[in-house]
Amino acid sequence: MFGAGGGTSSYEEIEETDVILLWGSNAREAHPIFFHHLLKGLDNGARMYAVDPRRTSSAKFADAWLGLDVGSDIAMANAVGREIIAADLHDKEFIAHSSEGFEAYKAHVEPYTLAEGERLTGVPAGAIKEMAHAYATAETAQILWTLGITEHHNAVENVLSLCNLALLTGHIGRWGSGLVPLRGQNNVQGGGDMGSLPNKFPGFQDIGDPEAQAKFEVAWGMKLPDQPGLHLTLMFEAMEEGSIKGVYVIGENPADSEADVEHARTLLQGLDILVVQDIFMTRTAEMADVVLPASVGWAECDGTVTSSERRVQRVRPAVSPPGECMHDHEIIRELATRLGVDWGRPSPMDLWDELRTLSPLHAGMSYERLESEGGLQWPCPDLDHPGSPFLHGWLYEEGLGGRGPAPFSITNFEGPKEQLTEEFPLRLTTGRALDSFNTGVQSNAFASPIRYGEEIDVNPADADRLGIADGERVTVSSPRGSVEMDVRIQVDLPEGLTFTTFHFPELVDINLLTNDEWDPRSGTAEFKAAAIRIEKIANG
Amino acid sequence: MTVTEVSVSLTIDGQEVDVPAGTSIHKACESAGIDTPTLCWAENLTPVNVCRVCVVEVEGSRALVPSCARPVEDGMVVETDSERVQHSRKMVLEFLGSGIDLSQADDLGRWIDHYGAEPDRYDQPEVPAQKMYEEPKIQDDLYIRDYDKCVLCYKCVEACGDDAQYTFAIAVVGRGFDARIGTEFDVTLPDSACVYCGNCIGVCPTGALQFKTEFDMRNAGEWRPEEQDVTTTVCSFCGVGCNLELHTQDDKIVKVTSPADHSVTHGHLCIKGRFGWTYVQSPTRR
Amino acid sequence: MADIFIGLDLADEVEITAVTAAIGNDPAIVHETERLVIGGGARRHERRHLLLPALHALQNARGWISPGGLNHVCDVLQVPPAEAYGVATFYEMFRVDDPGHGDDVVHVCMDAACQIAANEELIAELEAGGAHVHRSPCLGQCERAPAQFVQGVGGPDRVPADEISVELRIPQQGDSSLRLLKNIGIVDPTSLDSYRAAGGFDALARAVELGPKAVCDAIADSGLSGRGGAAFPTGVKWKAVAAEQGRPKHVVANCDESEPGTFKDRVLMENDPFAVVESLAVAGFATGAENGWIYIRGEYPVATARLQNAVDQCRAAGLLGADAAGSGHAFDVEIRRGAGAYICGEETALFASLEGFRGEPRSKPPFPTTHGLFQEPTAINNPETLLNALDIVLNGADEYRSRGTEQSPGTKLLCLSGRVAKPGVYEIAFGTTLGDVLDLAGGLTGSGELATVLMGGAAGSFVGPDALDMPLTLEDTRERGTTLGSGVMMAFTDEIDMTAICVRISEFFRNESCGQCVPCRVGTVRQHETMVQLQRSGSMTAERRALVDDMARVMVDASICGLGHTAASAINSAIDLGLIEGAP
Repeated sequence: MFGAGGGTSSYEEIEETDVILLWGSNAREAHPIFFHHLLKGLDNGARMYAVDPRRTSSAKFADAWLGLDVGSDIAMANAVGREIIAADLHDKEFIAHSSEGFEAYKAHVEPYTLAEGERLTGVPAGAIKEMAHAYATAETAQILWTLGITEHHNAVENVLSLCNLALLTGHIGRWGSGLVPLRGQNNVQGGGDMGSLPNKFPGFQDIGDPEAQAKFEVAWGMKLPDQPGLHLTLMFEAMEEGSIKGVYVIGENPADSEADVEHARTLLQGLDILVVQDIFMTRTAEMADVVLPASVGWAECDGTVTSSERRVQRVRPAVSPPGECMHDHEIIRELATRLGVDWGRPSPMDLWDELRTLSPLHAGMSYERLESEGGLQWPCPDLDHPGSPFLHGWLYEEGLGGRGPAPFSITNFEGPKEQLTEEFPLRLTTGRALDSFNTGVQSNAFASPIRYGEEIDVNPADADRLGIADGERVTVSSPRGSVEMDVRIQVDLPEGLTFTTFHFPELVDINLLTNDEWDPRSGTAEFKAAAIRIEKIANG
Repeated sequence: MTVTEVSVSLTIDGQEVDVPAGTSIHKACESAGIDTPTLCWAENLTPVNVCRVCVVEVEGSRALVPSCARPVEDGMVVETDSERVQHSRKMVLEFLGSGIDLSQADDLGRWIDHYGAEPDRYDQPEVPAQKMYEEPKIQDDLYIRDYDKCVLCYKCVEACGDDAQYTFAIAVVGRGFDARIGTEFDVTLPDSACVYCGNCIGVCPTGALQFKTEFDMRNAGEWRPEEQDVTTTVCSFCGVGCNLELHTQDDKIVKVTSPADHSVTHGHLCIKGRFGWTYVQSPTRR
Repeated sequence: MADIFIGLDLADEVEITAVTAAIGNDPAIVHETERLVIGGGARRHERRHLLLPALHALQNARGWISPGGLNHVCDVLQVPPAEAYGVATFYEMFRVDDPGHGDDVVHVCMDAACQIAANEELIAELEAGGAHVHRSPCLGQCERAPAQFVQGVGGPDRVPADEISVELRIPQQGDSSLRLLKNIGIVDPTSLDSYRAAGGFDALARAVELGPKAVCDAIADSGLSGRGGAAFPTGVKWKAVAAEQGRPKHVVANCDESEPGTFKDRVLMENDPFAVVESLAVAGFATGAENGWIYIRGEYPVATARLQNAVDQCRAAGLLGADAAGSGHAFDVEIRRGAGAYICGEETALFASLEGFRGEPRSKPPFPTTHGLFQEPTAINNPETLLNALDIVLNGADEYRSRGTEQSPGTKLLCLSGRVAKPGVYEIAFGTTLGDVLDLAGGLTGSGELATVLMGGAAGSFVGPDALDMPLTLEDTRERGTTLGSGVMMAFTDEIDMTAICVRISEFFRNESCGQCVPCRVGTVRQHETMVQLQRSGSMTAERRALVDDMARVMVDASICGLGHTAASAINSAIDLGLIEGAP
């Protein structure tokens, strides 16, 4: 809604902010060092509201934990917005100067009274009210989120519903206030920066935009497609339709990580050719026709990555890659050579310098500066620019720095695609554990003393009703499949909700259960909300 | 964000020094090219000024002053090498050496020689000087705790607590000479609040807290710091962008630290950043 | 803020009930509904100071702090268990291992006055009778050595000697020139009415009449200085706190009287508790502080009970509360018990202890007047200092200065003990000589000649018989290289083994060092070892003397607080006076 996709604020800002809404994020475990900054902020007197179906280790630090129903985020956000307006706490000056569509938004959220908010989310109205007032009246405030917001079928709407709150209160474009999506991997942001999105060139320049199109065509000396490509979920749809017959996977393990994973495996199996470039013989690699052994990006290669605060930093090789492993860019170059194109032998710095000529956001970030200044935050348009700790200061400029006003969005509460039924009466949601990472390909190699494996967390009341005990092995089924796992009885999640991590596919193939309903705009699947049932295993 | 800096003038060892207001005497000494021994001080921790090895003489102050914690004042007159300062630093080093294994302490050997400390003079025939006698605690595969090397500098407690991690799995336990770093009722770390961020190891100045890899290599006589390289890179386990310093020996990662002066980590990491590198040299990749 | 990881051990009903009785039932985390939990840093922060009372409750309930009990307290207050354990293990009166019995524990004093009063015989006798004895540092009952204190389990703590009559403790009773001790034996210490009938709370009324500024001025003009040993001008302290605006402020009565040989504040608190409360209210009014705190050592159960009674009665009478004594100024008092730690008499250590942390001193600067209790402006004084303020407010600075000397105006309480005929608390005008004071206490007792007097306690120094003509003033003692300290005057005759006394003094510091800074943590241990070596070998070699001097210097120069600064003082003076066997 505001332009380039990235967290608006620096980590340092959260140390000085007054109110924090931690929404669908267990940063204590998933982003521990960011959480250090957040804790410094709490120590400095910030108040925190944690909006999360589970009372996570992050939520335990909050002044209030608001345990909303899985997938009721838009209802919560709209109720907060409605209350801010009803209490006349919105920033009228900012709204008038910097935004558009307020009246429509106001009318749209009108039905989301506190009582309705309570009905839709399960959170007491008084707590929603208190959070709304705290956020609106704070001098500075930030909303942080992670996959609890984005791993839903309506991920983009979820995000926009939070952006509305920032627009409503002017908590954007200033030091200490902002919207911060925390990235799950060291270069999710950098991938976006570099144009690894189906609709973008590097530097978030739009495919199809005539100026950008012309610039890149000149630079790369060829005609480029002017229509967006496919994102991951659409690729799987295309595989299903048969319009994609070959896939080249780089550093991803979809045969374990996709929602409704059995279906994904079938599709991968059915390809004419599958090429996998990875550092490990993953489950996906095992299915491949060709495996290209790669080196470890952060320990064996030169290059850059971009963090959640838009900080571009250098990675450097510390050890040599084993055997025939090659750097990703060398593999791609070799592939080009075999396909008959000679790219020469550019170094990672040469590639970076080319990027700087094409992406204004990165133009000022020489390797030398990245080295000496501990990384730089984009936009950094020239060599004298200090980088940008926060984004969207233009919202306060006269004439909005030549841009259009930021639009309010109309966001409708729908709830998860997969509703609970008599057959599948429990909600399953998923998340990370502190000591593990994704499908465990990397993290399971070290001996964590605090790793407990894959268990399903169940509220004591549900456990009672089901007659299951702590540690008992049970069958967990969704409309897509069944797995066996051990139960852990947990008071930190409400009745009706269950939780598991997804780090041990070799032990529990949890994505057999998850829902692949996906968001048409982001392509993200609804990992966070499946309907399941738990059954005792007969005779133990 | 940016604060206008007010400058303060002081005299250190007869030398005029100008530094920004709020600078510690220790930092002012550094800017004047004067080397100061430190033990409990660290760039990324709040000064606790307990070791007293950095004391200096400040005109008008009855007792010596911990340079790490005391901010400079305009017109301050500081002596860093007076007989009193030399005596106190020597005695502190002597006291530490009289009961604690300092063999792996970063920089102390040099200062012990410099000040002519004689830790052995406390051992007399009638009553031998009390020392710590404890076996290293090895409770997992990630790190060990060898409290015979502990100087009780409080750094690990600070890093575990409100200077970084806010876990508070360890605290100073007991009182006086018997005070130790410990968990409640001495429960093992896996049974405590510990989340294995290893930030305690990161700040330990004496090797009392150590990577298990380093401990094992030292025991096997294979630890060769002089052959090690340090490469700074970025952790891959989430999108925060933590800088890692990979310490390598024989083309293998042997331990991981983080730069104390970097705005993202301030030298502190999580379990994945500090210990999650094993897979890089996993046998399945060889 | 902290991760709170509570282990599996559970508290039993007795422990839970005791904790609730001590700190109420308002936990830091509230589970409002299954979907709403209230918590946060502010609630944790506000409750942290309840840790010490909660630990006392556990200790009293079971005779030790069990893992389950500690877990319960940590859960209620959201304190990390490791930190709470660190706090519990800091104090002499708490134990964290199962004693294996549910009986009371008898603490017997091991320090000098009791050392020469057959304390070991008492211990043998008690143990023969089946008592569980704990060898304790000075219990503040030196006038009735050997001292005992009984720590109760499931019942109150008590002091067996409390049956002794008031007269025995106040030898000067009835002397009309007494200022600080004037109420003792006259006013019923349990009755506000009795206190008021004797002019009690006139000073607070007068202070309200004068206004805060005039009160601070009068205190400054009087030349009153702190009576704990450091002799800091009270008026300067109060004015500094009065000048601080915009933050909550505190006045603290430092009733953690622990200097070996000192018991004068105990006598004041036990026998004139309303005066302590009134004087604290005067301090609160003068400095603009709304919060009054009494931090009293754990071994003073009678004084604690009397002060609590006094606070309760004053509150009921409107002398404390939202409009204290009709002053238009809110002021109330909370009482906190220490748990056996000499170091907590040091003001910053006391703050840490009261706040629920280990009683470790903090660096100064910043000073308590700006960063005291809870890092807020704080005036801290001991009861003796505070009681002087009542006299000054009522009678004016000039009248006050008519006693004592120009540089040491007013009167001073002294704690006479050791080999004197009538040990006890005495009030003298500054300037009275040491010899006159010993005479006042009935002269020496037992056989032998006067060998030395310990002035100012373990942190003070020994003087020889040649000092009997020394006027007891701040200036004269300073000039003679000694100190009045907390007013200890402990007499030793030449039949006493002074080496043993000095070994014990060094052991006292070794045991009481908080352990924070290296010079004191290690220095006090090496000093004690050296004294033991000296005692065993009987020879003070040149090396040993050099070592003793070297250790003394680093402790004086480089320790964080007064404990380290003074830990070598008495021993060095004893060596200088030739009191130690084998010393040259």
